[in-house]
This record gives sequence, C-alpha cells and structure tokens, in this order.
Amino acid sequence: MLINFGVKGSLKPMLLLVAVSILSACSSLGVEPWERELLAKDAMALTSSPIDAALDDHIYFSKEATSGGRSFGGGGCGCN
Amino acid sequence: MQLINSTKSAKADRQLKPANKNLKALLSTATCALLGSQAVQAENVKEDAWQFDTALMYYGETDRVTATEAIFAAKKNFKNDQQVNLKLTIDALTGASANGAIAQPTVETYTRPSGKGQYDVAANETPLDDTFKDTRVQFTGQWTQPLAENYTLSAGGNLSKEYDYLSLSVNANLARDFNKKNTTVSAGFAFSQDTITPEGGIPDGLSTVVNQILNPDDACTNKCTNDDNKTIVDLLFGVTQVINKRMITQFNYSYSQADGYITDPFKMVSLVNERGITQSNIYENRPGSRAKHAFYGQVKYHFDNSVVDASYRYMTDDWEIDSHTVDTRLRYFLADGSYLEPHFRYYTQTAAQFYQTYLMAEQAIPEFVSADYRIGEMDAYTVGLKYGFKMNQGNDVALRLEYYKQTPKSSGQEAFGDLQGIDLFEELDAIILQVSYSF
Repeated sequence: MLINFGVKGSLKPMLLLVAVSILSACSSLGVEPWERELLAKDAMALTSSPIDAALDDHIYFSKEATSGGRSFGGGGCGCN
Repeated sequence: MQLINSTKSAKADRQLKPANKNLKALLSTATCALLGSQAVQAENVKEDAWQFDTALMYYGETDRVTATEAIFAAKKNFKNDQQVNLKLTIDALTGASANGAIAQPTVETYTRPSGKGQYDVAANETPLDDTFKDTRVQFTGQWTQPLAENYTLSAGGNLSKEYDYLSLSVNANLARDFNKKNTTVSAGFAFSQDTITPEGGIPDGLSTVVNQILNPDDACTNKCTNDDNKTIVDLLFGVTQVINKRMITQFNYSYSQADGYITDPFKMVSLVNERGITQSNIYENRPGSRAKHAFYGQVKYHFDNSVVDASYRYMTDDWEIDSHTVDTRLRYFLADGSYLEPHFRYYTQTAAQFYQTYLMAEQAIPEFVSADYRIGEMDAYTVGLKYGFKMNQGNDVALRLEYYKQTPKSSGQEAFGDLQGIDLFEELDAIILQVSYSF
C-alpha cells in the first residue's frame, strides 16, 4: 500500500502539497477568452458527435462487460 | 481558413431555403407544442432556433443479430444560457444470440425461453437462440442552466421500453468553472430502476432447463416468477482542463453500483461428462450486486488541418472483470469544408470470477455461474471511417462505416474429449453503417 490514509499522519501534508501543486499547475494552464478560436469549434467539443457516441454506447453496452466512463454507464436496455 | 469556412456556414444556416425552413418551423412548432412552451418562446425573441440531429444506423453481425436504430434529437438554447435537449430513439433487433450452452458434435434441440417452440443447432456449431427479437423506444430529456456565477446545473430523465423490459432513470450534474473557465470540476449522480418481464417467466438460477414444449395450462416448474428488478446508482466526478489554444483534456472517475436481478434469464450453462457430452443444461446465476469503478482520460488536440481525439478507460469491478479501452479518432479537414475521420478502438477484458465455459457434471454446482461469453475473457477492435460534409443549405450530413470484431478467449477451459476440433470461442464480426443529418 503506497497510500494509507489512516496510519501515516506525515502523508497528509504531502497530499496537501500534491493537491496545491496540481491546482497551481492548473491555474498556470489555459488560455485567455480571446484565444478560444480553435477550442470553440464543434470538432473540439469533448463529445463532438453525441449521436455517434449514443449509438456506440448502446452497441458496446450490449456486447461487452464495460459501460460508462465518459458519462453515466446506467442501464437503459435489457440487452445485457 | 477553417474559421472563414465556419463563418460562411453559419451565414448559410441563417439563409435556409424555404422548403427546409418550413420543415424546421413545423418541427419547432411540434416540439414546442409537446413542451407546452409556445407562450414562453414568443417572449424570448433572442433565443436560438431549434436544432435537430437525426441518424439512422444499421448494425449487422455475420449469422447473428441485426439491428436498425433511428435517433431524433432536438436542442434549443434559451436566453440566459439555458438549454434543453430532447431525444427519441427507436430500435428494432432481430436474429440469433448465443444461449450459453456449449457446442456439441451432434445436432441438439433446445426449447425457446417462452416454452412455445424448439430450435435445432447443427453439430459443432455455437448454440444460438434464433428467436431473438425486440423493439425498443427510448425517450430522453435533459435541462441545463447556470445556477450561479460559474456554476452550471444539468438534470434529466430517461424512459426506455422494450417488449419485456422497462428502464426509468433520472440524473443530475453540477459543474463549477475556475480559472477563466479553463478548469471545470463536476459531480454527477444518476439513478436507474429497471424491470424485466421475460416471456415464459424468470427461471430459478441454477435450476435444470426443461427441454420440452410447455402447455400453457401446466403448472410452472422452475419459472414461476413473472418479473424482477434491478437498481443502478452511478456517481461521476470529472475535471476538464484547457491546456492551451489547441489542447483540452478531461479526466473522470465513475462508480456504478447495480443491485437486484442482474442475471440473464435467457442464458444457460452446460453440464458435460468426461467426454465433453452435455448431460443437461442449467440456468445461469449471477450475484445480486455489482460494483464498478471506471477511470477515463481524454485528450483533444487541434493541429492545423486536423483534430486528434484520444481516450483511455480502465474499468475494474467486484466480479473481477478488468477492462482497458483505447479509442482514437482523427478528424482531417478537407479543403471544401468536409472532413474525413478514421476511427480505431481497442478493447480487452478479463473474465468474471464466476464465468465458466462449461461445468463438469460430476462436480458440485457453484453458487454463481455464467457461460455468457460477454463476461468472459475477450478482445475486440473496431476500425471505421466517417465522412462529413455540408449541404448547400449549410446542413450537416455524415456517413459512417465501421467494422467490429470480437475475439472471445479461453480462460483456462479448452475443448476436450469429443469436443476436440470444435471452436468453443467463436469470433464475431459486425458491420456498422450510419447516416446522420443535422438541420
């Protein structure tokens, strides 16, 4: 076990440090509002084709043991 | 150049041809009438028009299932960044699906789950129940709106009805933007209640399959339950981060807990003797709960003429199934505003702890067992190509062709005795063809 929340109290400041450094790293990332020309394109949306994604989710949900991840896995059909 | 193209198309969008405009107006009126929101719409003159996305998909497996699915989705942005999404999905399935029993060196006769008829399976062939047939209608609604400065709330519901299955679900998601909207943190919740009412009843798990046509007047033997339920609770936590002008990333963790009847009432497991010959078949029996953890990461990068979309998902559950999924797309913009998008997906999973290709007849039957290859060890890949273009009116059309291949694998159990030479882990090939139209 690398991380043991209960026992090692010295881990807490380390976790805090990691969290703070991630947050500060995030705040140095990114763009100004006027630099969003490419990001604003439909093709750059995280799910750029929601219909395709819905159809694919239905196929793989009914043929494989995994669902969800990108969004809710849920139920929805008696196909699995 | 791309920006010019999209500006042009936006202009084209506003200059819809009369016929198309009429259709759109008609559908808008119909959708508003359904929502009862005509009065509201009249006041909000600055709203966007309704946008419609439609698609027709054909899915065909070699010698097994074929499905046709139609989607009709409507979206509208109101004033104050409020948005409504409505979606109607209709699909029809027909064909044959594996019943879980093992292939045999002789012709075997099986009784349909309804008890109303029988079917024969040829020697050395994977037993497929050829009466697989269903039609599904699904309706989804989602409302999204800002809640306070930097907070967005989204809530929705879903209803899906098949001949023998009903699923009802609700969901809610809260997102918080930080850092000039470059970082978004979100948390979501979904609850689903499903009811299955299979024709012929729900069999008692592990009971012996009665292989004879049943008289409706006969008392039930081991299929005396008409319906059963399951609930699914999903939690989803996500972080979206803009890296730079060309790159955006997402990371999600999701937890899914299913409780209730998760067994497939149509699947059986064969009990075989030392030569591999089936002595009898029993109905499968799965645990009454399943907890899944999924970790999902995605990155999108905009090159000068293309967009790369790559994602990876790791799933692990308390049935001891682990899976890895890699999904990649490259949208390559062509000079005329159209695009080509090759797609590659790779998937691999380990078997559930209680998965067994067959059971030995002389051994004690375990508490949980399933021979459903979909929870066995398996690899799969998909290759596809999509072509999208704008019509003269500015409406989007896309064509998609994909090939999907599943390779189920042995997790220790092989063909033996009289089964030698029989393919117990038959591969499955499918073609996916899709036409999409947005207006």
